[in-house]
Amino acid sequence: MPLRRARTLERCITVIERDPIQKVLYVDLTRRRFWIEERADLFEKYIGGSGVAIKLLLEECRKGADPLGPDNPIIFAAGPLNCIFPMASKTVAMFKSPLTGNLGESHAGGRSGIALRSAGLGALVIKGASDIPIYLSIHDGKVSFRDARVLWGMRSSYTVGRVIRERESSAGLRTIMRIGRAGENLVRYACVITETYRHFGRLGLGAVFGSKKLKAVTIAGTNNIQVRDIKEYKQLYQEIFTLETTAPALKKYHDIGTPMNLIPLNKIQALPAYNLKQASLDKVEAISGENLAKNYLGRRVSCGHCPVSCIHLAALREPYEKEPYFYKTTMISYDYEPIYALGTMLGITSPEGLLKLIDEVEVAGLDAMSCGVALAWATEAQENGLISNKAEGTITQLKWGDYNAYIKAVNYIVEQPNEFYKALAQGVEYAAAKYGSLEYALAFGGNEMPGYHTGPAAHIGYLTGARHSHLDSAGYSLDQKLLASKVSPTPSSVADTLFEEEAWRQILSTLVVCFFSREIYKPEVVQKALKVIGWDLSLDNLKSIGYEILALKHEFKRREGFNAETLRIPKRILETPTPHGKLDGMFIKDAVAKYFNRVQSIKA
Amino acid sequence: MVKTRLSVVDVNLCVGCQCCMFACSRRFGAGGLSKTAILIRSAGGIERGFIVQVCRACEDPPCASVCPTDALKLRSGGGVLLDAAKCIGCRLCVEACTVEAVLWDSESDKPMICVHCGLCVQACPYGVLELSRGV
Repeated sequence: MPLRRARTLERCITVIERDPIQKVLYVDLTRRRFWIEERADLFEKYIGGSGVAIKLLLEECRKGADPLGPDNPIIFAAGPLNCIFPMASKTVAMFKSPLTGNLGESHAGGRSGIALRSAGLGALVIKGASDIPIYLSIHDGKVSFRDARVLWGMRSSYTVGRVIRERESSAGLRTIMRIGRAGENLVRYACVITETYRHFGRLGLGAVFGSKKLKAVTIAGTNNIQVRDIKEYKQLYQEIFTLETTAPALKKYHDIGTPMNLIPLNKIQALPAYNLKQASLDKVEAISGENLAKNYLGRRVSCGHCPVSCIHLAALREPYEKEPYFYKTTMISYDYEPIYALGTMLGITSPEGLLKLIDEVEVAGLDAMSCGVALAWATEAQENGLISNKAEGTITQLKWGDYNAYIKAVNYIVEQPNEFYKALAQGVEYAAAKYGSLEYALAFGGNEMPGYHTGPAAHIGYLTGARHSHLDSAGYSLDQKLLASKVSPTPSSVADTLFEEEAWRQILSTLVVCFFSREIYKPEVVQKALKVIGWDLSLDNLKSIGYEILALKHEFKRREGFNAETLRIPKRILETPTPHGKLDGMFIKDAVAKYFNRVQSIKA
Repeated sequence: MVKTRLSVVDVNLCVGCQCCMFACSRRFGAGGLSKTAILIRSAGGIERGFIVQVCRACEDPPCASVCPTDALKLRSGGGVLLDAAKCIGCRLCVEACTVEAVLWDSESDKPMICVHCGLCVQACPYGVLELSRGV
């Protein structure tokens, strides 16, 4: 009895015996081998998703490894709620980022989380590099190495998806993650596309795939997952499902989709436009979610096991100029972030022009956000005469709103025909350092800015977040809450709120639930959901695991050279007023320092 | 006796969330998709929408015709019922179904046969499926 109690106290968790989540599939691309290891140790301690992924990254990634060399592992991790509860539809990817040189972490939905867990796996670790282009076909934990030489260099990522779809089995039960030419050509912000319209978008996973000559990974399986208490499980499932299909918080994603934010943010002057020379844009209604839904929305789709269907596809019908009565209709996925980065940041208010540009970015396989921010900087740098055609070879003349020029430029980023585009393909931080004008290069910790200029918290979040993403700690949301409550923030209050939010979000991304369901998966619900499937964790346990994961991420970041003290605050964010007025650089610095004090204190 | 029958009302309303598949599998108290008797897959890429593969409750079902051990019995109201004790797992029923609605449970190595219970209908937030009741 005492022994049992001691074990319970140590960490109140028992992975149910038959849960296959503890299996980690290792694939070595260099030797074309694979094996499975039982890693209950990791899942018991870090639950799954981001928690297990960061441990695997620390284990597998040698200190100082070249992000585009064979020593950089790619890790995909599922969580215990995948396949069990609705909206637990995401997968966490971790790697060393070729864009920032430290933590690479990106989340995506589609069917990835469902497929990985159905394949009887908790995580997948891809090591080494192939000598020829290949893709991996993974069925129930078995790996086939398939020839992808013919797929390499294919113009459109859509076609790559179609070919693999037709060659591989398990339609409806699989994920097909693939890269475009941007990944092949090692653009530092190339993405990995899954199920055509979802992305491991940020921090350059596509380039890591490309460096390994890995064109795609398809995963499928038919494992079931036992729960501990069937009756309680069904009951809790129904409660969660009902909330998800009726909650007002989810209705906006369901109806207009994420672009719902565009007009409200424009109204409060928090929508970055023209490389953040402004925080609002005339005629923004034309590219708003409302207008796109009214005139272009062709289909709405969902990730696996999510009733919300936030994915909005526009149907763009275009005539062929020289062939009368010939049309092509393209289905283009639009969301808030691509509309911001490729629309407002570039001054594009033509919905058709914007959709064409989004499509080109999709065809190439680039992260829409980084790409848009890089192009916005390039436009301003050209305006200021920093880039000369003579020295650099022919450069497309970029002009705000000229989507045809931007479509050309997207292809140049991918092809890198001259020094200028070679630099731009390394990210805005690199390009601006080379050509001058860092003051309006909108990158935080090396990652291009998300679409919120809502106030101090948003920017403090970009600077401090482990991924330098708006989703790390949702500063944009805090800014808006502060505005509504009319409470004046202090550096401490902002740092503390962001820190607690980011720590809790670690737990959400161990499960792995979509952040859109964060109002449903509250701590008590998470605890209950884990309990019915056999994982006993107290609220305190959950909280401390969240802190621990965050500390591990920062351990990795520091190990790879991240230095909080040299974080650059782009001057532009201090010049253009936010809804909170002009930002104070000292306030931001103070809050950032306080945030990192909190991180440092986790271990103590 | 009430004879229920599942049908697809409008496949264009399907968003591919697969909540119906999870509901079907959940009948057996497990998570995952291994026990589902309904399959949603893209119609050649998600941009083209989805296909719902589910039993049409045939009056004269080919799956029953080809079963060598009489494990599939005609169900009143259409479709079939599986007598698992008789099934030898030959998969002829899978081959025979014109609409590929006989799915496979690799755990028991037997077909998953839709019993037209309507759990999938309740789980569909978009009204793609319908359960009609005849006498």
